[in-house]
Amino acid sequence: MDWFWSFPHLSDNFLRDMRRTIDDGFRVFTRNYGDQLEAVFDPLRVFLVWAERLMLNTPWPIVLLVIAAIAWFASRSIWIVLGSMITLLLIGMFDMWDDTMRTISMILVCTVLAIALGIPIGILMARSDRVRNVINPILDVMQTLPSFVYLIPVVMLLGIGRVPGLIAVVIYAIPPMIRLTNLGIRLVDRDVLEAADAFGSSSWQKLKNVQLPLALPTIMAGINQTIMMALAMVVIASMIGVQGLGQPVLRAINNQYFTLGILNGLAIVGIAIIFDRVSQAFGKRLQKHLEIVHG
Amino acid sequence: MADPRNDHGIEIRGLSKIFGPKANELAPLLDQGITKTELNEKYGHVLGLKDINIAMPAGCIQVIMGLSGSGKSTLIRHINRLIEPTRGEVLVGNEDVVKMSPRELREFRRHKTAMVFQKFALLPHRNVLENTVYGLEIQGVPRAKQVEAAMHWLSRVGLNGFEKSYPNQLSGGMQQRVGLARALTNDAPILLMDEAFSALDPLIRVDMQTILLDLQKEIRKTIVFITHDLDEALRLGDRIAILRDGEVIQQGTGQEIVLKPANDYIMSFVEHVNRGRVVEVQTIMTPLAAGEAPQGVTATEGTLLEDAARILLQSDTDRLTVVSGDGRPLGVLTQQKLMEAMVTKVA
Repeated sequence: MDWFWSFPHLSDNFLRDMRRTIDDGFRVFTRNYGDQLEAVFDPLRVFLVWAERLMLNTPWPIVLLVIAAIAWFASRSIWIVLGSMITLLLIGMFDMWDDTMRTISMILVCTVLAIALGIPIGILMARSDRVRNVINPILDVMQTLPSFVYLIPVVMLLGIGRVPGLIAVVIYAIPPMIRLTNLGIRLVDRDVLEAADAFGSSSWQKLKNVQLPLALPTIMAGINQTIMMALAMVVIASMIGVQGLGQPVLRAINNQYFTLGILNGLAIVGIAIIFDRVSQAFGKRLQKHLEIVHG
Repeated sequence: MADPRNDHGIEIRGLSKIFGPKANELAPLLDQGITKTELNEKYGHVLGLKDINIAMPAGCIQVIMGLSGSGKSTLIRHINRLIEPTRGEVLVGNEDVVKMSPRELREFRRHKTAMVFQKFALLPHRNVLENTVYGLEIQGVPRAKQVEAAMHWLSRVGLNGFEKSYPNQLSGGMQQRVGLARALTNDAPILLMDEAFSALDPLIRVDMQTILLDLQKEIRKTIVFITHDLDEALRLGDRIAILRDGEVIQQGTGQEIVLKPANDYIMSFVEHVNRGRVVEVQTIMTPLAAGEAPQGVTATEGTLLEDAARILLQSDTDRLTVVSGDGRPLGVLTQQKLMEAMVTKVA
């Protein structure tokens, strides 16, 4: 009755051999193809370095002004602009400016990448139920698999540094982008689509003139979610060498520096709120035509 | 009645539609006279249309009338193939829409048809002008021409000054004017109107009917108009086809349907119709006996009974002579007969 009380698992030897075989196989793969893979991802590194230099080398008053301008044009709200400015000034005063710029540049690159990959995948998903049925479980895995687990192969392949960090962040942050693009397109009013068909729209014209514009508010919500999730990954990404606000937090955890941890943590929260409010206000402004209703 | 400027009559031949995954396998059952209920109960498929044959002359308004579920919206969507038929032909000019390749179909939809929808189906993120140019934009017409045509039709439907408004800022009636302007701007010979005025309240509906009739005098398009309202059908239709459970049960002019309903079902519809606004004087007049002189006031052939009654009331006689367009007397109508025809059915 042994099997009844303890689960009859595969033999220890078999499991050990299996792990060893897979690990060895992956190690061989890494040794042989690591360099090529690194070359493939090199443009990302260039982009990252460029964005980081841009944010760090630009004098702080100009960065502040540019962010204020973006916040104004996106939200048209003086309160959001003021809030952003005060947050950034506080961050600067507590000597976290450089790390904040590094984090913002990272989030920027990550968001661009997530949009560039996520929207086309979302469109494909919306067009075919089969594609959706394949991609949906992959997205579930990406969102629930503990990030440390996929950090291992990424680090083995690409080593420690910015690019593996970026990949880890994108893997974690892209699912809402894909899901909400898919959802937005699927929710487009069928009557309007039929009208587009009746006037002889090609499928590209339908996508460009009807589906994407009508899905845009939902897509904007996806972008907003992606930014938020990317910020949430900043600390974990710092474990594999991504610079920015995550690293002081990590140092704080290791050394029990309470104040250092709190300050940098609040800085992350601060820029998260700025990004969130600005992008949401922009999304809302995009759907202005939906709000003015005939009385 | 065909208009020489418009040679795009529509002929629907043997058109049937079964909804469901095995439609094609079940199609032969139609020849064995399977009914809608049988098809549904035995095979779980829905019979949308059954052996429809309608010839719609170019430049006329063909009304397709039926209650919900009769298949009228399915039928109109076969004309531009928004729905694929199970079998049958839809001939426009000399072309069979059913046999077109996707590319040909797209060209056909762009240049030969325009459609107005029950729920307007305007693009909510575009203002009125941008909605109106949509068809031309799709065709790749230069922007200046798009705007010129759109402005023309917007003013024709009475939307001057609303170009920059968004659909949500407009009332239902005005939104449907945009829908109509969008369809007319497309400048296609065929206009498909799917319950276009059904969502509007009664006064605005009559208003829109008037606009459509006025425009049609000049544009002479082949209009297919779907409605569930017999009064609307009689007012607009040069010809009317009545659909029930996916089958045409009667077609003809409004007068023919009101005066000779094909069965009890249609009878129950036409009972409540104001005959005075449908029946024309020559239909019920007594032909002039040879040598008989015209008496009383005159009314031209084609005058509706209601209008004839008005003419009689304003005169002091009780007799009315029906004359042809060129003034030749054709027949006589007494006040008695006129009133009988307006209130009871003519055998």
